[in-house]
Amino acid sequence: MLLIACPWCGQRDESEFTCGGEAHIQRPPDPDALSDPEWADYLFMRANPKGRHRERWCHTHGCGRWFNVERHTVTHDVLSVYRMGEAPPDDRDGDPS
Amino acid sequence: MTRYSIFSLARNALAHRPNWQRAWRSPDPRPAYDVVIVGGGGHGLATAYYLAKEHGVSNIAVLEKGWLGGGNTGRNTTVIRSNYLWDESAHLYEKALQLYEGLSQELNFNIMLSQRGVLNLVHNEHELKEMSRRVRAIRLNGIDSEILDRQAVKAEIPVINISPQVRYPILGASIQRRGGVARHDAVAWGFARAADARGVDIVQNCEVTGIDVANGRVRGLQTSRGAIAAKQVGLVAAGHSSLLAAMAGLRLPIESHPLQAMVSEPIKPVLDCVVMSNAVHVYLSQSDKGELVIGAGIDGYNSYAQRGSFQIIESQMGALLELFPSFSRLRMLRQWGGIVDVCPDASPIVGKTPVEGLYINCGWGTGGFKATPGSGWAFAHTIAQDRPHALNAPFTLERFSTGALIDEHGAAAVAH
Repeated sequence: MLLIACPWCGQRDESEFTCGGEAHIQRPPDPDALSDPEWADYLFMRANPKGRHRERWCHTHGCGRWFNVERHTVTHDVLSVYRMGEAPPDDRDGDPS
Repeated sequence: MTRYSIFSLARNALAHRPNWQRAWRSPDPRPAYDVVIVGGGGHGLATAYYLAKEHGVSNIAVLEKGWLGGGNTGRNTTVIRSNYLWDESAHLYEKALQLYEGLSQELNFNIMLSQRGVLNLVHNEHELKEMSRRVRAIRLNGIDSEILDRQAVKAEIPVINISPQVRYPILGASIQRRGGVARHDAVAWGFARAADARGVDIVQNCEVTGIDVANGRVRGLQTSRGAIAAKQVGLVAAGHSSLLAAMAGLRLPIESHPLQAMVSEPIKPVLDCVVMSNAVHVYLSQSDKGELVIGAGIDGYNSYAQRGSFQIIESQMGALLELFPSFSRLRMLRQWGGIVDVCPDASPIVGKTPVEGLYINCGWGTGGFKATPGSGWAFAHTIAQDRPHALNAPFTLERFSTGALIDEHGAAAVAH
């Protein structure tokens, strides 16, 4: 089970959280201007990396807030946690991949 | 290839030195092939077999980075069924089931198909109505499906708890009697042996590290055992499909998740069918060795680690005991995980890609094993003819742009 540090509540078990998938996917500013493949890319296509992955999590059974987690998809290490709207930390020391 | 038969069995049983041959060769990869299949699981091996058998393509290699059937083929809970709601899925999975029914004879390899029936339990009024609709839709597609009431469920499964005094009382079930289980390793080995006999090179411990594309056309592959030129390449890599597709510059609508399963200690025969429950979310059957084989849903996060989180196992056990309180003293023997490639509409992608000569078969998510022969059969047709068969024509990558999704979430009788 993962231990995730909610930015508001601190370290909690993974069972309190819900994973919301890939983070930093921007809604296109003008959807009408997009072609169908571009819209499909926004809606459905995902990076699905083997290694570092930035994703959204929600503290469903706690404060109910959304935040970002950077996690490794092979070791499952939680590398960093940062709030919605914050830039992802650029600290890349100790790359586990 | 020596044919397996009662005579070969007797001859080797009585011989002082049994003379069993290797089931398939282990050749070094040649520098060039007409078709290279990436992924030596059931789907990849079936594709190679049907390419050789149905389409007369002989110059084929199957590249596997580990060992045959070491991925999801050997990690699933071996359930086979075709009771899908939507026509597109029903036709494809039914093709697979029909191929399974003759597969032991066709491959001359006992895949231990046991059509013991698959029950999908229903726990509330809404599910009851949904199930009734689904059963009728399935029957209109010519696929066997029946409705059982609560007492009939008890008659089928005496050990189940049908008391109304539980959180999720059992109100009935649908049953597909042609559904069941098969030995998953044997499916991979049988296809490998039959494909090898038709001249297919099966190359294990050969990881693909790059896909050569020039002028929009695939030229070959870079692998851990050297460069291999290929006129056509089929990617059948399940959990690692996104990584392979990225080597050709493609993005897929796929996320890789762990799916966990486990077996109990062996006990005497207690369950002679497959039981699935959507509401409490568990499915189980009893293996020929007597172990209960138990599966459930995926872990919520992306992973390539072939393991998941403990609370998933805990909820799976909770669901099991809701249905079968008498299993509470059973000890679990082994637990494992596989990496499943999940599509947004819970349906697979079997077809062409924007790169000429590059084909992809992925996105089977939690339901790939039951489709193995049908998937290989349709994918072989797609590669040989350079266009999909009617069976897999709806399962294109383009459907995510056109909007023609095949939404099997919830419709497929079990949650994903």
